[in-house]
Amino acid sequence: MITKRIIPCLDVKDGRVVKGVNFQGLSDVSSPVSLAEYYSAAGADELVFYDITASSDGRKLFTDILCKTAESVFIPLTVGGGINTVDDFDRVLKCGADKVSVNSGAIRDPDLIRQAAKRYGNQCVVLSVDVKRVDGEFRVFAKGGREDTGMEAISWIRRCVEMGAGEVVVNSIDTDGVRGGFDLPMLEEVCNAVSVPVIASGGAGGIQDFITLFQTLPKVDAGLAASIFHFGQVKISDLKEKMAVAGIPTRL
Amino acid sequence: MIAIVDYGVGNLYSLERSFHAIGEAVTVSADPKVLSGADKILLPGVGAFGDAAEKLRATGLDQLVKEQAAQGKPLMGICLGMQLLFEEGHEYGIHKGLGLIPGQVRPISEVIPGDLKIPHMGWNALELAKSSPLMKDVKQGDCVYFVHSFHAANCRDHVIATAEYGAHLTAAVQRDNVFGCQFHPEKSGAVGLKILRSFAQMKG
Repeated sequence: MITKRIIPCLDVKDGRVVKGVNFQGLSDVSSPVSLAEYYSAAGADELVFYDITASSDGRKLFTDILCKTAESVFIPLTVGGGINTVDDFDRVLKCGADKVSVNSGAIRDPDLIRQAAKRYGNQCVVLSVDVKRVDGEFRVFAKGGREDTGMEAISWIRRCVEMGAGEVVVNSIDTDGVRGGFDLPMLEEVCNAVSVPVIASGGAGGIQDFITLFQTLPKVDAGLAASIFHFGQVKISDLKEKMAVAGIPTRL
Repeated sequence: MIAIVDYGVGNLYSLERSFHAIGEAVTVSADPKVLSGADKILLPGVGAFGDAAEKLRATGLDQLVKEQAAQGKPLMGICLGMQLLFEEGHEYGIHKGLGLIPGQVRPISEVIPGDLKIPHMGWNALELAKSSPLMKDVKQGDCVYFVHSFHAANCRDHVIATAEYGAHLTAAVQRDNVFGCQFHPEKSGAVGLKILRSFAQMKG
């Protein structure tokens, strides 16, 4: 049986790992290379590198750091942030990324998903979507969660999967940074809408939140978090041991 | 020296780095001289069976790989590279493989329940079926990383490990000096590196 994946996310800006609370007030945490090695050894099932740099200089620095990280990390590596073209896919895959996640780039040009899936296979294309409740519906937000696109989220996700997204990261803006648990109602709707792996993101505050996630929604494949891992509130080895004890399929 | 066959299929960076990490000399090459001169040959691959088989034939490296295997040199296929070791692949039509191990590569949708997601993607436990030098340092239940929608079927007693995903899917095979892993050892953490080391330490 496939085990449930635990995925630390490293938001990288100008070559350093940062994590915002509700996407505001970023604070510096550590070096991406050393954090990636640490997590890989500690039992993380996958790593996400998210490039939140805006400048082209920062982007080059990110690419260099990604290559350096891939040299010493032997678990799947997903890269996102600033992916707008098939050339961007090419750039990060050549550095050693296994999957590439698209967010605003797909909102600007949904055909990007189709093109990338055709070239690299669906398993390589991850849709990342920032979702927030507005006027009683789930709405897709762009630009790191700052801009309401007006699009309904579930139909957007379904459309992207039909075009070739092989996996979906659902980040709830409503629960992100609050540490009160994952957004189970939102995730359930996504799981019912698509048949590709769904990764829950936003809201993990402790070990119990992951256990509740996988027990309540067995269709969710993975849980992603950042600050609770970076600041050491949750040790991945402890988390996975407790998941196994709770009867959740876990790689120990 | 281990030679990774470069026939224009997929990203070989991770595999190369994995051997560096365990201190084994490795080269990525499409040159028949280099491949013939290596102690071991590794056949990688991602994508579709037919395309990859065609590319291997177009470069003439299919014959070279078969000759080297016939001489007793350790050969290992990974993911699609493993699938190519079999007689034929049923993916967008029927395509001939290298025929080094009996069996066909067929859609996993034929053998798993409909509610399971395809591809079979993620970390799954290995069930060791018989002893093999490739798996000498692997324990029953160790997890490795899979991404595939097709599996090797009818491979008789050449299966050395399976993974349970609604069916016992072929995870690793061996026929004499020819080995194959459906999963990605280069993405399977410490367990994967052990498997690559076991391959690297084999005597030709």
